[in-house]
Amino acid sequence: MKLEMKDSPGQLVSALQPISEVGGNIIAVIHQRDLSSREDTLGVQIVLEIAEPRLTDLVSMIKARGVNILRIGKDRLLYKQTVIMIGHLMHTDLSDTVDRIDCTGFAEVTALDLAMPAINEPSSARLMIKSVSKQDMDSALDILRQVAKTKNLLIIEPLDGGLV
Amino acid sequence: MSVRIAVLGLGSVGKGVLEMIAKKDLDIIVTGVADSKSGLIDPSGLDIGAVLLSKRTGSCGSVAISAKDVVSRADYDILVEVTPTNAGDGEPAFSYMKLAIERGKHVVTSNKGPISLHLKELKGLARERGVFVRYEATVGGAIPIMHTLGNGLAGNEILALYGVLNGTCNYILTRMAAEGLTYDQALAEARELGYAEADPTYDVKGIDAAIKLVILANTIWDNGVSLDRVDITGIDLLTTDALRLAEEKDCTIRLIAEAFPNRGVLRVSPRIIRKDHPLVFEGSLNAITLETDMAGEITLIGKGAGSIETASAIIGDILFISSHVRCN
Repeated sequence: MKLEMKDSPGQLVSALQPISEVGGNIIAVIHQRDLSSREDTLGVQIVLEIAEPRLTDLVSMIKARGVNILRIGKDRLLYKQTVIMIGHLMHTDLSDTVDRIDCTGFAEVTALDLAMPAINEPSSARLMIKSVSKQDMDSALDILRQVAKTKNLLIIEPLDGGLV
Repeated sequence: MSVRIAVLGLGSVGKGVLEMIAKKDLDIIVTGVADSKSGLIDPSGLDIGAVLLSKRTGSCGSVAISAKDVVSRADYDILVEVTPTNAGDGEPAFSYMKLAIERGKHVVTSNKGPISLHLKELKGLARERGVFVRYEATVGGAIPIMHTLGNGLAGNEILALYGVLNGTCNYILTRMAAEGLTYDQALAEARELGYAEADPTYDVKGIDAAIKLVILANTIWDNGVSLDRVDITGIDLLTTDALRLAEEKDCTIRLIAEAFPNRGVLRVSPRIIRKDHPLVFEGSLNAITLETDMAGEITLIGKGAGSIETASAIIGDILFISSHVRCN
């Protein structure tokens, strides 16, 4: 979300405090002094994780502290991870493989790049998986590992995951 | 006072050790050597140049003297056991090591077989007899990982480790990514350059890396894990397309060995890894990252194989023992 606040000591802290009070998790705070619309105000962008129902509470708490919320953008699928699969991907029903992730509701395959060198040779695919939380990503990868086992596919996972 | 050693095995590592002892003034005297067919014993010290010369034309010594004779009869302080790894039962190296320990001799080895299978037993026997068993050369070639764990990081809790423990795989993956070679082409090239064995199964299937991971895990956590506990995936099914798909995202693929004792993870597998990660480097190097409670994260990188590089690890162990024995 993008906030506008008075450029005076303690303002930023008081704007951030409600986030932890409603159980939110601050991921990044981006301070952009030059973007302020008026000289005595300050523009701040905050990236945070919060359960959807608590958002209304948070907005009113921040407003009550005299901080103006300019914009709230939502991205439900905050976590992303790239995975590479090798094997007979088409013969083992690639769309079913993707569906097994998509049907969970908490994770989706949002991009797929496929390379098929020749008939009967194993093909390779790069999947971008996005999920609501880190735990959901772990569950999605677990599902993918199970599918890979039954379909005899090789899964190459990242050494460490990442945020969007 | 000089330290006296007996060397078992005159392959690439054994020859490297002898060459360096002959070349450098290390105060190490060789009183016995043996290869697979012959042996030599001289309590006053062998002429290393002559041993290496006769090895070049065949056996190193007399067929009447066996490796077992050298272990049981020669007059030495440290047995340097550098015969090829037998990952099945660790023999005959394991028996030679026990025999030397029973004689009250220290053991220095590059042999992964007995260390991955019987480390606890060897350490127990050595403790009873008041001698050292050191095996720096079993993991990461020239990288002083064991010295770092035992000395430099003493008192630290090691929370996790991950690393590139097989130079052959790293070389193959580097070439597949850089030149678009197929797995088979890159393997053929690695063989031509002597980076891969005639039978590369142990390397490319991830078994060699897994054995080293077992040695590290047992050394650090004393948890008695064995090879069958490691979840192993090799690099032999990787495609050039997979490397390219990773490169398009500023990543590459490396064979990573990892141990997270808290989560029960003991795994060797090809992984997507950012190109700017410390474990991404070209060629046949090895690297190990340790996560520790006090020192934070430490990564050691160096040559994972080679005659002189492995000799460096062996000689480091020999001199460690001789300085400690002298102190006491």
